[in-house]
Amino acid sequence: MRQFLVFVRKEFYHIFRDKRTLLILFGMPVVLIVLFGFAITNEIHKAQIAVLDNARDAFSSRLVSRLTASGYFEVNRYLSSRAEVEPAFREGDIKLVVVIPEKFGHNFHHAKKAPLQLITDSSDPNTATTLTNYANAIVMQYQEEMGGKMELPLTIQTAVRMEYNPSLKGVFLFVPGVMTLILMLVSAMMTSITITREKELGTMEILLVSPLRPLLIIAGKVVPYIGLSFIISLLILAMGAGVFAMPVKGSLVLLLLECILFGLTALSLGILISTITNSQQTAMMISMMGLLLPTILLSGFVFPLESMPVALQVISNIFPAKWFIIILKSIMLKGGGLQQVWLPTLILSGMTLFFLALSIRNFKSRLS
Amino acid sequence: MQPIVVQHIHKSFGSVKALHDISFTVEEGELFGLIGPDGAGKSTLFRILATLLLADKGNAYVNGSDVVKDYRSVRRHVGYMPGRFSLYQDLTIAENLNFFATIFSTSVEENYELIRDIYEQIAPFKDRPAGKLSGGMKQKLALCCALVHKPRVLFLDEPTTGVDPVSRQEFWEMLKRLKSKGIPILVSTPYMDEAMLCDKVALIQKGEIMQINTPAAIVAGFGRQVWAVRAKNMYHLLKDIRAFEGTHSCFAFGEFLHVTLDTDESALQKYLRPLQHEDLVIRPAQPGIEDSFMQLMLEQNETT
Repeated sequence: MRQFLVFVRKEFYHIFRDKRTLLILFGMPVVLIVLFGFAITNEIHKAQIAVLDNARDAFSSRLVSRLTASGYFEVNRYLSSRAEVEPAFREGDIKLVVVIPEKFGHNFHHAKKAPLQLITDSSDPNTATTLTNYANAIVMQYQEEMGGKMELPLTIQTAVRMEYNPSLKGVFLFVPGVMTLILMLVSAMMTSITITREKELGTMEILLVSPLRPLLIIAGKVVPYIGLSFIISLLILAMGAGVFAMPVKGSLVLLLLECILFGLTALSLGILISTITNSQQTAMMISMMGLLLPTILLSGFVFPLESMPVALQVISNIFPAKWFIIILKSIMLKGGGLQQVWLPTLILSGMTLFFLALSIRNFKSRLS
Repeated sequence: MQPIVVQHIHKSFGSVKALHDISFTVEEGELFGLIGPDGAGKSTLFRILATLLLADKGNAYVNGSDVVKDYRSVRRHVGYMPGRFSLYQDLTIAENLNFFATIFSTSVEENYELIRDIYEQIAPFKDRPAGKLSGGMKQKLALCCALVHKPRVLFLDEPTTGVDPVSRQEFWEMLKRLKSKGIPILVSTPYMDEAMLCDKVALIQKGEIMQINTPAAIVAGFGRQVWAVRAKNMYHLLKDIRAFEGTHSCFAFGEFLHVTLDTDESALQKYLRPLQHEDLVIRPAQPGIEDSFMQLMLEQNETT
């Protein structure tokens, strides 16, 4: 037991004496959370638009002020002719042009029909669709106000409620994603690097020629990272709650236990990587390509899994990140308990045991 | 019981033969040297004895335990110092030493007697990270770490490579002292002068042992007269002597050429005279272990 404690203490010396390690461990979570929370967002906020108002009457100007009052749009400039539309898009700032024809108000009241053109920059199709949807909704609302509620003989009334995230904050999606990413990074990459470092420096040679059991060597290297990944989970949750008012609707204890479970899954992956490589460089590459990319792309963190081809959806099942994000969203946003997350929890536990068994089988008590 | 017994060890890496039919024994309290150039297979042999590699063929016993079957018991009782500096560079001297003492379930205090001589030399720097020590101090620390659990056998793989001459000398004095405490030591070195300091040496090249004997016997077994030859232009001299048909061997050896002849010395004199070498000196010399090694190497190259 004393051997084990001394081993763990030695590991902490390595961590706290290496500035780079410390930076990755504690700088990265903060940077990523801030980055995803503030900078990288797909919410529409003050999109720049241009207005070509040929009518110049009270109705048209009120329409424009409605658009800007929503907060989604900001008028960047007013155009004076149709010919200026193209150049405006080319400059790049303008995402949407509203073209209001002549006699807009007059036509609305007398001809009972007023055309309105929305031209979008569809080089980014998602944004373009979102913008036209928002603009359409605002125009419809404006129309109702102008013409009064039209009583149609038959109507379907849709009532929409945005459950679990009523204000549609993107950050609610990103906090679980970043948490997954960081835990994966810290646990898998750092452990695989720290074990391969011993191989590279030749210290593994001495450790092997000692009475230490391989299991004890591995455990001694990994235990500090279990503790660190737990502290980092707390850090991210605290930042999520403090800076972005991210709720934790379910049980905090369950959430933390799940974090430890995922930490273990990632650690077992890290150990597995370290058993198949001998250099820090390769270990890092494998963790980057094999773990980080799928965690970002195939976990439902950035891109919705449902809209991916079936093949990719099937592949995504083998990445632990997908299941952890499901668990996090369920507990944090929906207030889910163990009844709701037992399946992903079971899958993660199974994966952990599998990876651990594989690494123990792979671990060599000799050099080759 | 002989502390180290090696019997017909073979080891290949792919098509490269690293070790070929290696056999030797090290007696109680003996300082046994493995002498050979880089790439001779010395480190591979150490790793096999330290249970880190498996031999393709042959057996080896350390303290009577088989290095394959009883590898755990071997690991408990050997002190192994790899060829490359293999301590934690970011840990201080004291931390490294305590760490290695603890993982062998002992403490520095318990076996301080054994390492005191060596440790006292590096103790003034005990709070300095191992990575920031000089080459000589690193090796002293590594030796301390290999000794701290009071091993019954010591394996030292090129402990003096990359170490300055003064530290090398100190290091060998330490080994002698350890030997006097009854610890058998297997040490490898590429330096011929260090071979003379061993009780017994095995000359090894290309994975094969060429000769095992005491250094004195190896030197005595060198049956030829050695001539030390010097001139102003050594390069020309070397080329000329090698071109002489009566030359058996000719190697550069410090500021002289060591030459052995199939004819007598006067023939060489006669051959060199018309070539007009300035400041030519030819005089008899005592053969050293390096001469023997070169001789054996030459013979091995001729047979293969």
